[in-house]
Amino acid sequence: MAGEETKTPLVQLKGMGVSEGVALGPIYLLERERVAAPHSRILPEEAEAELARFKKALTATQRQLELIKKRIQTEESRDLQYIIDAQVLILKDVLLLQGTEDGIRQGLNAEWALELVRDRIKTVFEHLGDEYFRERRSDVDYAVERLLRSLLKRRVESIEDVKGNMIVAARDLSPADTAQMVHSRVIGFITDMGSKSSHTAIMARSLEIPAVVGLKNVSQLVKTGDVVAIDGFTGEVVINPDAATRQRFAELKKSFRSYQTQLPRYRRLPAVTRDGSPVRLLANIELLEELGAVKRYGAEGVGLYRTEFLFMNRKDLPTEEEHYQNYRKVAEAVFPRPAVIRTLDIGGDKFVSQLELAPELNPAMGLRAIRFCLKEPKIFKTQLKGILRAGELGNLKIMLPMISGVEEVRAAREIIEEVQAELKKDRARFASGIPIGIMVETPSAVAAADLLAREVDFFSIGTNDLIQYSLAIDRANAAVSYLYEPLHPGVLRMIRSVADAGRAQQIRVAICGEMAGDPFYTAVLLGLGLEELSMSPYSIPRIKRMIRMIDQVEARNLADRLLGVPTGSEIASLLTKKMEEWFPDFRSDQVFYKTSLDDELTKGVKDAEHDTHLGISSRRTSG
Amino acid sequence: MTSQYTIANRLGLHARAAAQMVKAANRFTSEIRVKSGDREVNGKSIMGILTLAAVQGSLIVLTVEGPDEKEALNLLGNLIMGKFGEE
Repeated sequence: MAGEETKTPLVQLKGMGVSEGVALGPIYLLERERVAAPHSRILPEEAEAELARFKKALTATQRQLELIKKRIQTEESRDLQYIIDAQVLILKDVLLLQGTEDGIRQGLNAEWALELVRDRIKTVFEHLGDEYFRERRSDVDYAVERLLRSLLKRRVESIEDVKGNMIVAARDLSPADTAQMVHSRVIGFITDMGSKSSHTAIMARSLEIPAVVGLKNVSQLVKTGDVVAIDGFTGEVVINPDAATRQRFAELKKSFRSYQTQLPRYRRLPAVTRDGSPVRLLANIELLEELGAVKRYGAEGVGLYRTEFLFMNRKDLPTEEEHYQNYRKVAEAVFPRPAVIRTLDIGGDKFVSQLELAPELNPAMGLRAIRFCLKEPKIFKTQLKGILRAGELGNLKIMLPMISGVEEVRAAREIIEEVQAELKKDRARFASGIPIGIMVETPSAVAAADLLAREVDFFSIGTNDLIQYSLAIDRANAAVSYLYEPLHPGVLRMIRSVADAGRAQQIRVAICGEMAGDPFYTAVLLGLGLEELSMSPYSIPRIKRMIRMIDQVEARNLADRLLGVPTGSEIASLLTKKMEEWFPDFRSDQVFYKTSLDDELTKGVKDAEHDTHLGISSRRTSG
Repeated sequence: MTSQYTIANRLGLHARAAAQMVKAANRFTSEIRVKSGDREVNGKSIMGILTLAAVQGSLIVLTVEGPDEKEALNLLGNLIMGKFGEE
């Protein structure tokens, strides 16, 4: 199996890495395609026997699910238990039972009757407006599919059938499949569908099994026994890897293992350049569940907490208390380190159901973020009250998104002052001198950065939107997507000028776009004058590693030189050359797993002693 | 007997809450109907409840008829007002 040289050609795929780690091994293809159920007519006198057959299959299926549920009685899998519970209830649902029975009595065989009922029920789900509820049709599908297989006396293949250390490939995984991961010897997952927040991804992360999702058609490209190599961080998947690729992944896997064992110690090391400049590494998060990763990966606080999630999937607006409770959890989890709460950054288009606003043609440039909040001060004030109250501990900051000029900052400040006065009147406890900063993501904010720096306490450059707005790229238009160049001379100059404007007024300048989490850009960003980088918590160790190899003076010289180069592609190739020259084993997205941290850690003991001098306290609490 | 409630828990009548409600409803012999907007469904059917797509803030009307209607309405009402045990 794994040892033989396969004749099938090597195929390279790129999906979404949702649970980091490296795996190399044989595939177990979990076939989840519809069973083809025979449709036939039955005679009236056969109806009772057919009904009995249906009920027997039903009891067997319910028992299967109950069994799965029993095996996952752990605290972490409580959500999954509820989902399986719901599937059991679907199989007991009078809609399904009565409908099928009616069909059988009208002369259809059980499979046919059942499929008709399922399709009718699914149509109702498909017409629901809310995405979560619409998606419950897949629960109906999973449950009925199990029942159909039982009727046809076909076994339901399960992850528990996986023998040995195998990588499971599937079109999609049902919650019942995912639940069985807990007791399996699965070493990795690859699926056609899925996202960072799907059950598979969440479960894979909590079990620390590498997973790559969104591979479109991988379940059709592989068969059981094929060897595959996966990287759950980069999303790289290689089917039938050749000897060289296997070697590469085997090494990657070894480094990843040592990386994991070293992580708890590594996170205590300060992020300082070789020549002693400290850099602050912060985490971008949007779910409270990610607070654990903030600590685990050694972030020095939260540089961007996106609050949009609080507003999603609901008909009414979050109350002040809900805001407060949510932000309070963030504040307590990172205390005494700082957390930056970004105020609402979505547009009116997301509020159509609540506020009956007209749909916009170009929402990216429409009534969104700070514009929307200033237009709807009630919504803004409710959120601000929550932040100010949760800020009582003294470690929260407010960040205003999509600021285009000083007027918006002043208008927002005025509202914040009103809110503080109201809180004072109510004798509520709150943070009085909370720092207020802005996202720098519009070209006008860059051009007026010197003026804005006098009005706010910090800047955070949102490179994703800044690149899009400054190069005038329509996100929805694939024909211009080639223009999205983080190393465009215009972009680099903007970053430098914002960093300079911040320094002149002695305010902190951070960067929180995707560039911050990619080690390829680290030297450039430091060279341009940034001292704070905010990124996905999982990227922090690799960026820290990069920082500890960089010489700040050299980085500065490199940035100065790049600023004189006329095109983005020339800048990119010059940067690549320089990085390879400085770090011979440099590969932009894998530098971390490839390098052993041992010498780093020995050196780190000395560094840790200097922590206080550098203004970075070492982390004593381990989370 | 009829009673009106606003769904107060954050996630609305999602799978977990719906399961709790259906399990409770099935303990009674009374007929239980749940209405939200212009849709009315059998309160003992999980698929019925889920297709109400009742998110937080939705108004729902419970109609219970039968020998144990009082107890049923009491228990179901407590579940909804107690936010299904969500935080």
